[in-house]
Amino acid sequence: MSDVAARVKKIVVEHLGVDEDKVTEGASFIDDLGADSLDTVELVMAFEEEFGIEIPDDAAETIQTFGDAVSFIEKA
Amino acid sequence: MFDLTGKSALITGASGGIGAEIARVLHGAGATVGLSGTRTDPLEALAGELGDRAHVLPCNLSDMEAVAELPKQAIEAMGSVDILVNNAGITRDNLFMRMSDDEWQSVLDVNLTATMKLCKGVMRGMMKARWGRIVNISSIVGATGNPGQANYAASKAGMVAMSKSLAYEVASRGITVNAVAPGFIATAMTDKLTDDQKSNIMGQIPAGRMGDAHEIAAAVLYLASTEAGYVTGATLHINGGMAML
Repeated sequence: MSDVAARVKKIVVEHLGVDEDKVTEGASFIDDLGADSLDTVELVMAFEEEFGIEIPDDAAETIQTFGDAVSFIEKA
Repeated sequence: MFDLTGKSALITGASGGIGAEIARVLHGAGATVGLSGTRTDPLEALAGELGDRAHVLPCNLSDMEAVAELPKQAIEAMGSVDILVNNAGITRDNLFMRMSDDEWQSVLDVNLTATMKLCKGVMRGMMKARWGRIVNISSIVGATGNPGQANYAASKAGMVAMSKSLAYEVASRGITVNAVAPGFIATAMTDKLTDDQKSNIMGQIPAGRMGDAHEIAAAVLYLASTEAGYVTGATLHINGGMAML
């Protein structure tokens, strides 16, 4: 796993209180990991702080899964 | 009860009668206060009166770039914004048929849009802290309407509905959003009324008097307190019985 993926996974596990092995590439924050819509906003805020990047709202909407988050941040 | 020690509060319109009293009361309960307003002199005077834990943060709320900067300046000055009191408001009264687009828009901009932007600007910190208090100062006319104030009444009703919607969204994060709707409160704004206007108003107030700014500030203190953590999406009407809602 890349460094980015490991850091993203840590945030997701801590924030949503889910088991690490549930956070798979295609795992949807809302459908699979029990996030509500506000959790997804908070996750994006946490990613912004962890990686020192800005994720605009329209991009944030496209981040639905763990894999989406990792690939977005790796490109940012 | 109602100890705000360690909390930071940003108050807009702190140069006005009600806003200054809100700042005094929150400060008196131990909060660090950020005093915002367009006129720097009264803000400096108030900060001087309060002494420690008071920061002057001038801002023209009709300038949306300045509005976006205000939460950042407040956080820089105070470390956080735990309590936001959107008290600033303007009037541009006119009969509806004569009301210009500019009269409409400028009131909506300052009273409603700036409130929305400030709520948004402090929300990140409140969400992370899992604690926050927003108190939006609406008005009795937001519930009853008032001839000559279609713009002001619309903006004040808008604040209530916005508060309720936001209250829903952030309740699970320990953040409450409430409104206070004053009736006629004795301030510089009401001093300008003629005696005829005043006696006409008095006749409509069961309590038979205007309210005091302190009576509004006391409600804000309650809603800002930890003790009011289960109160959210509410509108507290403080109007001497003028409208029992």
